[in-house]
Amino acid sequence: MKNNIVLGVIGADCHAVGNKVLDYAFTEAGFEVINIGVLSSQEDFINAAIETNACAILVSSLYGHGEIDCRGLREKCEEAGLKDILLYAGGNLVVGKQEWTPVQKRFENMGFNRVYAPGTSPEVGIKDLKEDLKSI
Amino acid sequence: MNALLLIDFGSTYTKLTAVDMENEEIIANAKALTTVQSDIMVGFQNAYGIMKDKCKGKDIQFNEMLACSSAAGGLKMIAVGLVPDLTAEAAKRAALGAGSRILEVYSHELTLREIRDMIQKKPDIILLAGGTDGGNKDCILHNAKMIAMNIKDVPVVVAGNKKANDEIEEIFMQQGIDYEITDNVMPKLNVLNVEPAREAIRDVFMKKIIEAKGMKGVESFINGILMPTPAAVLNAAKILANGTDEEEGIGDLIIVDIGGATTDIHSIAEGEPTKPGIMKTGLQEPYAKRTVEGDLGMRVSAESLWQTVATRKIKKFAPNLTYNVQERCNYLAQHVNEIPKTPEEIEFDEAMSMAATEVAMERHVGVLEDVYTPMGKVYSLNGKDLSNAKYVIGTGGVLIYSENPGKILKAGLYSEENPKYLKPMKPKLLVDKTYILSAMGLMAVKYPNQAIRILKKYLINV
Repeated sequence: MKNNIVLGVIGADCHAVGNKVLDYAFTEAGFEVINIGVLSSQEDFINAAIETNACAILVSSLYGHGEIDCRGLREKCEEAGLKDILLYAGGNLVVGKQEWTPVQKRFENMGFNRVYAPGTSPEVGIKDLKEDLKSI
Repeated sequence: MNALLLIDFGSTYTKLTAVDMENEEIIANAKALTTVQSDIMVGFQNAYGIMKDKCKGKDIQFNEMLACSSAAGGLKMIAVGLVPDLTAEAAKRAALGAGSRILEVYSHELTLREIRDMIQKKPDIILLAGGTDGGNKDCILHNAKMIAMNIKDVPVVVAGNKKANDEIEEIFMQQGIDYEITDNVMPKLNVLNVEPAREAIRDVFMKKIIEAKGMKGVESFINGILMPTPAAVLNAAKILANGTDEEEGIGDLIIVDIGGATTDIHSIAEGEPTKPGIMKTGLQEPYAKRTVEGDLGMRVSAESLWQTVATRKIKKFAPNLTYNVQERCNYLAQHVNEIPKTPEEIEFDEAMSMAATEVAMERHVGVLEDVYTPMGKVYSLNGKDLSNAKYVIGTGGVLIYSENPGKILKAGLYSEENPKYLKPMKPKLLVDKTYILSAMGLMAVKYPNQAIRILKKYLINV
């Protein structure tokens, strides 16, 4: 099974704690986590995924600008030859307390396979990822 | 007297340095034009004759002779990787650290067009990387096949995804390619591992390249050509910074080597951020890092130096210049053996070297960038923070013969005008007045304790 995954915090976002928690949780669950850390650009995620032959990119965003930072990531992945790579996003993706369903819809329309609301535990993502990888 | 002869087969001169092993002193230097076209031994014998004259009357026995070489174009390499910023960059850094001249860096899957381009460039060694260990292997396999099918006579050092090694070995064996497989230059993402590749390159250089360049005859006379000259300089820098079994090192240092064709910067330092609140980004930096600026040189590259730094920068360092800067640079590029004599000529050369030092240092050191976040401004660092480097050491003709080496070196230090470049702030400045850096790097392979003591004795404060 392919199990290399790229993990990082996108944009001008320095929140490092959740990133470490996810790194720990996914590593414990048996994934080879390539953690590119905070302040990562879309290009950093894509370059890391190409070089490590990753099967999924997990994007965190905690500072409210996630929607702007994530826009165009799917298109760039396709341009870079990462055709079927799984894209997940989670954290505090948008500013304020917005209704979740439309937010999720917007991220799905941007090409994300899974989108997680604030406060989701890592186990949910791990379970989903294992599921999604079965079909690849 | 027991003496050691150190030889540098340079592109222009064959330089000899005689070392008194008992007193740890330099006995004499001698040089003669390198004769690589006919027989390299002719130039060596000429220099050796001069050396013998200088040593007349002393009872000197050369028990051992060691050499490094950058003759016949030096060690010319091509680096191949996957992503330009990642394995291709890592491969480039490994090749530079091995003392090579990089002809070109290729990334992603090689095309036939690129292969033709590679053949035309006539590399001595190809360094093939791509993929982290357990990462992408399709690309490096494709590239190995392309090289094996089309380029038969160039040795290849393989330092990529270890999962691909068995298949690459099979391809290369079938096609009769000369190859050496070593550890990945980037085993994990953004982790650099350049030493094994450097060793493998040096190995191939000693086994194959010396012979290919018609220098095999030399080896019956001397005890071996151990490495390319730039690798010897880097080795001297490492020994001097770190110390040896018996001697303390002097700590973090930078070497500025201004030549006719290139300006090289070597730094021996971890380069960790020196201030709080700085996030590191990008590929890990090599502890012993060498960068080579092919567009910044005093003679062969004088024209490209002018194009890169522009007239105003040269004038900044010499405001009273009477020359037309462009014309003077063109003239120097066509008269590569020109030695400055008048005060104006000397001033012009110094201004050029200061501009070269400033730009080469800007390209070598880490760059600080402002990042605006909702939590305020933070800084990201890409490269090495060399603000606290303790020493800057100058070498190369213009610095050695200058009366103001300190002035030239100061052009490479931190400046308030450009605070984003993390150049050394208050280093001590030294100059390699007796031109011994490469010789000592060579000597340090066998006699590190003696080499570091001689370095400490002969590098002069300015």
